[in-house]
Amino acid sequence: MNLSLLVLLPLLTAIALVCCKGLKQVRLVSFIGAGIQLLLAFFLLLVYWQERATGNNTAMLFQTDYTWYASFNIHYHIGVDGIALAMILLTAIVVLAGVLVSWHTDTMSKEFFFLLIFLSAGAYGFFISLDLFMLFFFLELAVIPKFLLIAIWGSGKKEYSAMKLALMLMAGSSLVFTGLVGLYFNTVTTGAGHSFDLLQISQMKIPLQAQLLFFPFVFVGFGIFAALFPFHTWVPDGHSSAPTAASMFLAGISMKLGGYGCLRVATFLMPDAAHAYAPIIILLATIAIIYGAFATMMQKDLKYINAYSSVSHCGFVLLGIGMLTKTSIAGAVMQMVSHGLMTALFFAAIGMLYDRTHTRMLDKLGGLLKIMPFISTVFVLAGLCSLGLPGLSGFVAEMTVFMGSWQNPSAWYRLATILACASIVVTAVYILRAVGQTVMGPVMDSHYNNLSDAKWNEKLAAVLLLIGIVAIGVAPFWLNKLVTPGAEIIIQHVSTAVTIK
Amino acid sequence: MNQFFLLARQELALTLIIFILLFIKLGTKEWSNSALLNLVNGLLLVNVASGFFFEEEGILFNEMFHTGKLIVVEKNILNLGTLIISLQAYDWLKQHRHVVEFYVLLLSTLLGMFFMISAGNLLMFYLGLELASIPLATIANFDLEKRRSSEAAMKFIISSAFSSGLLLFGISMVYGTAGTLVFSELPQYLVGTPLQLFALVLLIAGFAFKISVVPFHLWTADVYEGSPVTVSAYLSVISKGAAVFVFVSVLYSILKPLAQAWYNIVFLLSVLTMFTGNLFALRQTNFKRLLAFSSIAQAGFILVGISGSSQAGMASVVYFVLVYVFSNLGAFGVVSLVSALTGKENTEDYKGFYKTNPFLAWVMAVSLFSLAGIPPAAGFFGKFFLLIAGAGKGNYVLIVIAALNMIISLYYYLKIVKIMFVDRNEQDPIAKLPVHIYPRLALLVCMAGIIVLGLVSRVYEYIYSISTGF
Repeated sequence: MNLSLLVLLPLLTAIALVCCKGLKQVRLVSFIGAGIQLLLAFFLLLVYWQERATGNNTAMLFQTDYTWYASFNIHYHIGVDGIALAMILLTAIVVLAGVLVSWHTDTMSKEFFFLLIFLSAGAYGFFISLDLFMLFFFLELAVIPKFLLIAIWGSGKKEYSAMKLALMLMAGSSLVFTGLVGLYFNTVTTGAGHSFDLLQISQMKIPLQAQLLFFPFVFVGFGIFAALFPFHTWVPDGHSSAPTAASMFLAGISMKLGGYGCLRVATFLMPDAAHAYAPIIILLATIAIIYGAFATMMQKDLKYINAYSSVSHCGFVLLGIGMLTKTSIAGAVMQMVSHGLMTALFFAAIGMLYDRTHTRMLDKLGGLLKIMPFISTVFVLAGLCSLGLPGLSGFVAEMTVFMGSWQNPSAWYRLATILACASIVVTAVYILRAVGQTVMGPVMDSHYNNLSDAKWNEKLAAVLLLIGIVAIGVAPFWLNKLVTPGAEIIIQHVSTAVTIK
Repeated sequence: MNQFFLLARQELALTLIIFILLFIKLGTKEWSNSALLNLVNGLLLVNVASGFFFEEEGILFNEMFHTGKLIVVEKNILNLGTLIISLQAYDWLKQHRHVVEFYVLLLSTLLGMFFMISAGNLLMFYLGLELASIPLATIANFDLEKRRSSEAAMKFIISSAFSSGLLLFGISMVYGTAGTLVFSELPQYLVGTPLQLFALVLLIAGFAFKISVVPFHLWTADVYEGSPVTVSAYLSVISKGAAVFVFVSVLYSILKPLAQAWYNIVFLLSVLTMFTGNLFALRQTNFKRLLAFSSIAQAGFILVGISGSSQAGMASVVYFVLVYVFSNLGAFGVVSLVSALTGKENTEDYKGFYKTNPFLAWVMAVSLFSLAGIPPAAGFFGKFFLLIAGAGKGNYVLIVIAALNMIISLYYYLKIVKIMFVDRNEQDPIAKLPVHIYPRLALLVCMAGIIVLGLVSRVYEYIYSISTGF
């Protein structure tokens, strides 16, 4: 299958959107585009399984490789493995759900859907890239649409948040850029040139000195995207000011770009340095998990609650990567998928509540279960997934991370694992408090009684995300089977690198 | 003789246009402004097209004048930029009383730049430079009734005379120590004596004035602000581009023996220029001043590429100037339209610009993204290649500093985007502007350039293949 379709289709959709007139046409085109994209993603999954079933064990499938800039040895090189495929599925689901929840965006609707679809093209491109230049290209592609989405359609102190997000993400990509250039000049190809190719670089032995120098650049750079403590400060402001679909995209996909980059670029290409810096990564991840959880306790705004809890949950991703065991890395990827779905669902539910009640403050909400049973149920389910209820995806992912982390025999690492586990208690406190306050108890405001429940588009969006969450929660093995080979390759790479040294 | 017509054909074409215009002025027939502008733009279009044939290499007049494939490309870039500027100036010039004079002076400076680029002798280079500077000062004064415009012209002529003085002083010392002014003979006599190093500093200072590199940038913002927008655009793109082309070829060929010395200078200047340009741009409220400081900062990035001292260094610099022509003219084009039709030049005036002029707002936004180096705009590729070229020498400190500056610059570019797209202006928004076909065409060319130049690798690879190594 030609993977370029994954980027081309959103771009074509975006171009088609430019020619549309009126909200109805625009949202229909976006819906069809995102829908076909989802089907395409599932088709990709199908052919991927078929290919694997025939015994094709190459690390990356469906590769295409063209020379782009010959003098710099930059290639248009794409391919997917299980990890990338999981991310692509996640993106397709979240984008379609995002289009559905934005069904009634009537101010500048054409621009809104254009930017949303354009943003998704960046994410797809990022996940299929096997060339570091391309990867960086797609990473930066997404910065401006995010800025515009928040600054134009956002709420609250949207201009401040949009600028903060854009500048911090730009800082992240600047760090990544420096790291990639440094990495590039330490590669040696047969033609005495340098290489940006991910697979080629992974076969090379990058000098330890260079790895130690450039690993922090790449890891922290991607870490800013993934809310690495102390660079997480854009997350709460950005997420809470963004319009619903943009919040879903930001928390559901954009933060995963960071996690994926930390894994695929930093850890995979600089394994020695990954070992050397593992204690620091784990320390920061543990702080993020605990700090995020406690910071959430203090929040009164539903969006802030979810944003801070995202910091905590993305800490698990970084913890899994830092632990460097096969299970922990598989767990990190599963946590990315699970958190992406869960947080998108959470934001979608919050958006639906906000559209009706016009408030997100905990103390102004209450008793909504009687008035809007569907939205409230979705809200409760998202919360339960967040606190790790068995049967939903959060439990599976976090459990895998903990199991993998425990496999790392170092006593300090186990302490970090225990602390991270303990944070779940805090999570339970704030989630149950938020959920209880919002949907249970007396109706806080009498005019809430006249509000309506979810419409078909909102129901469809929620169901789509819920199917993903339950599918992972009830039958985790398919996702596990999908991502484990990829994780295995990375971990083999890391362990051979260390034994050679 | 045949060779003369072939090799110097771009210069001859320009001279021909200048003479045609002069005869029109001298003739008895009164031409209307719009007819004149149609004619001039047509001639300029032919002029651009003429550059794409017979890319011969050769030497004329005892090595005074030389040309090659890269030089032809550089002249084509300048020709194209001039055409775009001329198209964008339509609304301003249509009401002006001295259209012919404007074009005669403008094209004379372009001719000077061509001789400067093609020079094979320091004296010839100096002649070209003077021809490129003095008429520019007069057209900086072309808003005849505005005092600021005269002030700008005065500032420009004084600072450019000063820089010419420095340059001439440096050239005289080079002649004193080397005994020749011919480019091909100079390198063997440049051995790095203290006097030659002093001459090097003077030469670089002379160039730094033209490219507006810190600390020689002080004239830039005032002159850009006072001059007509068209002239500011010309100064920031064409004049600067030409100086950059000569600077990089002089550094890479003649001054190659002093590479260690100029590398340190260029490194220092690039850091200073990037920081100063970007930090000063943060607080500007006049659009032209903002673009002036942004163009200073861009010069700093160009210096990063130059410091790479490699084939990639030269190619990336030429490519970046090409990209910069499209990106900066996209932004200047919109400013020039708004300024000509409404007289508004402050960033605050652009509040709610998207509501009334969506096309122009998008053009401006895309141009600014390209200047900021955001993909998929060509500016991303331009900056990326400059920085890779710069990193080729292993100087990662410079790359970190440049990356830091990209963050700073993003702030003020995004601020403009925010003003145009987000802010509302109920009192006095810029009304829907009637965009004439010429400026519209020019802006579309800029957009096409910004989108195509990066994604299609052909252009860069071609420039790379004809660039000389170090």
